[in-house]
Amino acid sequence: MHHPVPVREGVLDANTTIARANREDFDRASVKVINLMSSPGAGKTTLLEAVLRDLDGTRAAVLEGDVQGSLDSERIEALGVPVVQISTGETFGGECHLDANMVRSALGDLPLDDVDLLIIENVGNLVCPAEFTVGEDVRVMVTSITEGEEKPLKYPLMFRSCEFILVNKIDLLPHLDFDLDLFLENLDSVHPDVQHALVSARTGEGTEAFKKWLLERVRTPARAS
Amino acid sequence: MHELSLSSAIVATVTKHAGGRPVSSVKLHVGALRQVVPESLEFYFGLVARDTVCEGARLEQTLIALRMRCSCGYEWDLDEPSFRCPDCGAGDAEIVAGDEFEVESIVVEEERSASSSAGS
Repeated sequence: MHHPVPVREGVLDANTTIARANREDFDRASVKVINLMSSPGAGKTTLLEAVLRDLDGTRAAVLEGDVQGSLDSERIEALGVPVVQISTGETFGGECHLDANMVRSALGDLPLDDVDLLIIENVGNLVCPAEFTVGEDVRVMVTSITEGEEKPLKYPLMFRSCEFILVNKIDLLPHLDFDLDLFLENLDSVHPDVQHALVSARTGEGTEAFKKWLLERVRTPARAS
Repeated sequence: MHELSLSSAIVATVTKHAGGRPVSSVKLHVGALRQVVPESLEFYFGLVARDTVCEGARLEQTLIALRMRCSCGYEWDLDEPSFRCPDCGAGDAEIVAGDEFEVESIVVEEERSASSSAGS
């Protein structure tokens, strides 16, 4: 006998519940949490190297999500910033994103009481990380001009879910056919009025504006959740 | 890969509600903003469902169109990702529909032999 059962439950609710628990732990420790996302090779780690070098006294830690290897972690560690790595490669095929539970399992290794800011460097991917909240205060995205003008139109969920968008590799502009105006038009169409900055993580150009925004966010008291 | 993670989440959600009974079909509401490829989701669901209560279950996907509402009162359906209000130009319109990803209902089979596996 077949028996219908109403469910009406979000498929990602279980993840959201764990993310909420993470967020409570972060709030209790007064740590602001940034979920930093991008496609592979957009320049997240290079950006962090540029920004974390000097944070005007703000103490930061990094949680590094990577499918495999510890190269990114070693680059962050070289700055004297505490870093914890989550390798997602142990599961079937390697997860393409961090989820709330993976972040939860790393909380014990993070010096939460000794930092003001935690940057979670997600796995490079423009689809899955947008679906899985991990308990962050705010989402930030790095996109680069080598990826083409149409990226916002192709990945609206990702571009819409981020509060700040860094348009990286701007130093390459003279060497590419990239139409910056068209890109900004596409970005505005998908996420109207979103804060963004044109940066070169390599030369440091434009990263001050992001750092200023970041430090202001760290100093803003946590909102009730 | 997107559809693989989502399939695992679907199986987990269904398992919670199935009470150990085998599931013959799963009704899913999928918003257009989720960018799910239906064939891909079906494929991965079949894979992930193995050795769970969902094994062999049919996945019925209903696609929900993306609809926005602006504070000026204008409402529109989106065929393209153009989220600025076409009427007044404001950028803070709300999503009315199209970002859901929900298990609506399931059909479970009663009166199977008591030894049916509850899956893991």
